[in-house]
Amino acid sequence: MGLDRRVFMKTLGLAGTTLALGKSLTAAGKGKDSTEFYGILYDSTRCVGCQTCENTCAENHSLPAPTDSPEAGVIRKTDENRRTVVNLFKTTKGDVFVKNQCMHCNEPACAAACLTQAMYKTKEGPVIWRGNKCMGCRYCMVSCPFDVPKFEFHSANPKITKCDMCYDRIQEGKKPACAENCPAEAIMFGTRRELIHEARKRIGEQPDVYSDIIYGEHEAGGTGEVYVAQVPPIELGFKTNLQNESYPALSKGFLYAVPSVFVLLPVLLLGIHETTRTNKNNQNEGDENE
Amino acid sequence: MKMSNITYPIAKDNDGKTIWKFLISEFKPKGKIFTPFNIISVPVILLGIVLIVIRFWKGIGSITNLTQEVPWGLWIGFDVVTGVAFAGGAYVLTFIVYILNNQKYHSIVRITVLNGFLAYVFYAGALLLDLGRPWNVINPIIGNSFGTSSVLFLVAWHFLLYMLAQLIEFSPAVAEWLGAKRARKILSGMTIAAVIFGITLSTLHQSGLGALYLMAKDKIHPLWYSEFIPILFLVSSIFAGLSMVIFEGSISHKVFFNQISEKHHKEQDGIVRGLSRICAGAMFAYFALQVLIFIHQKRWDLLGTPMGYWYLLEMIGFVLVPMLMFVSGYRSKSINMIKTAAILTMVGVILNRLNVTVIGFKWEEAIRYVPSWMEVVVTLTVIFTEIWIFRWVVRRMPVLRDAPLWAKNQDK
Ligand code: SF4
Ligand code: SF4
Repeated sequence: MGLDRRVFMKTLGLAGTTLALGKSLTAAGKGKDSTEFYGILYDSTRCVGCQTCENTCAENHSLPAPTDSPEAGVIRKTDENRRTVVNLFKTTKGDVFVKNQCMHCNEPACAAACLTQAMYKTKEGPVIWRGNKCMGCRYCMVSCPFDVPKFEFHSANPKITKCDMCYDRIQEGKKPACAENCPAEAIMFGTRRELIHEARKRIGEQPDVYSDIIYGEHEAGGTGEVYVAQVPPIELGFKTNLQNESYPALSKGFLYAVPSVFVLLPVLLLGIHETTRTNKNNQNEGDENE
Repeated sequence: MKMSNITYPIAKDNDGKTIWKFLISEFKPKGKIFTPFNIISVPVILLGIVLIVIRFWKGIGSITNLTQEVPWGLWIGFDVVTGVAFAGGAYVLTFIVYILNNQKYHSIVRITVLNGFLAYVFYAGALLLDLGRPWNVINPIIGNSFGTSSVLFLVAWHFLLYMLAQLIEFSPAVAEWLGAKRARKILSGMTIAAVIFGITLSTLHQSGLGALYLMAKDKIHPLWYSEFIPILFLVSSIFAGLSMVIFEGSISHKVFFNQISEKHHKEQDGIVRGLSRICAGAMFAYFALQVLIFIHQKRWDLLGTPMGYWYLLEMIGFVLVPMLMFVSGYRSKSINMIKTAAILTMVGVILNRLNVTVIGFKWEEAIRYVPSWMEVVVTLTVIFTEIWIFRWVVRRMPVLRDAPLWAKNQDK
């Protein structure tokens, strides 16, 4: 039985790969060589949980300032009014703060999901949302493995909200507000290549302080936000069951098969139609009749 | 569309009435007003309209229980995903009748296509209610905002094109109603092309609805997630659609009794039996696929959980059992057995689609999504309105009743 998807899709895809539509689909995978995307390295060992990032983020995006603060045992989540939150975890190495926000994936599921290109991976690296295109279908929310995009359920003109890495500031040559203002220098802005390099350096220099996992290096095909911390990600509420292949890759096989189905199936149908045509007059010769 | 027919010498075709007089007389209700269906559906529809107004005024959250964790609920999971599966009868039947040229089912093609067309208009239309920013809905259709890497983009386009194909497939009936002879000739000449196009589109978007959930890999319960969701959705749309045809047929034959000729009444049982055989075949393929996937993914240890029992209930109670009932109903010529099997199958399809989209989605979340009563009312509003339009069309156009003589002569 054709249980092997690859064989199945390959058969279907034979003709399809040469088609123009097939080609435009591969554009979604352009993030593979993503080393020059900008990203952020967040270092839990430096974070003091002061919420400066939350406050300056709110200010920069005209959102209300946070009213609660990190507390062990309580998971604060991002929502339509806050795009980043800091949480406190009791770990095997004591109290550790972690900041959460959009991961700015190299190959973002949200952007692959979006049928209007409202969710969009910019060439600089930030994944942004464009209100003039979005139709509010929320497929990005269904698809994002990190559950990042939020929706204003109580608005007649709802927006999808999430961290945009302060894309407007980056275009002006400035750093994202959180990276600029963090008093503990826990948030480092740079190209992803530099950040991974820096992360390795920190771990290498103080292997007893850091866990040796760089979260985001491989998760979901690699993300623009990368993390180093005292303890492994599992202790810090991170999703650790994510695949290392990018998420858009999951639906690529299906999308590749589409052009070939579109070409081959009608031809096949027409062929059957022509050959069975002679039946037409034998009205009641359906094989189910007896 | 219809209006373009005004230029035809319609006055002659419709007993000397002008087109306007004809249309106005046709818009008057035919049939009884105080039927049980009307008494139930009218208040529901009115309430639904009020709720829809509130939804556009205060936001989607004002009448739904959707959350940031579960952004798609009943309206997508039931109205769109399940509704479209049930509308699958149209592509399966047009395949049998026009592609395989099996004339046995010819008498039920029109009603099935009409049903399919209205299902798409209303259930895909229900999508608009769920869109937060519906004014941008044209973005993926025109302009420069093509998200070609999106499965939803594909599905949206296919919905649109398929509605067009179905409209063409159905249009000869409209032309016969209006007495537009020349238009009918042109339109029925387009049927085969529309059918081929329509079947291709259906294959792709029935599976596409499943492919929508491929990226939600970690959010759907592993008993319902596999890379084969698209194929499972496609195969199950065959028996979902045909069960709907059987179910709808048994109701139509009662409600629209006087529309159906003696000959077609007699044919009906044979048709139902034929359909039951196809259903059983498709369900066998589906069940086999499910078993293979189950073994392939080594899901044994998941069976001993509540979700595992739920899965077994779906697979055995609502796939295997109705499949066997279809077979036995076919053998023993028991139409009632077949009808029961069709209903069980439909319940199974509803369960399956909801298990993927709602029940198994974020199954570990502490606070589960349960639709609000208002979401249910809006869903009922959509269904009831569709039935109203359906009834309106069937009472006027030659859908169940035979086409006028001139139309038959045209086909010779
Ligand atoms: S974390 Fe989610 S929202 Fe952010 S880029 Fe990745 S897929 Fe998109
Ligand atoms: S909600 Fe908006 S941004 Fe998200 S997938 Fe839909 S159109 Fe794109």
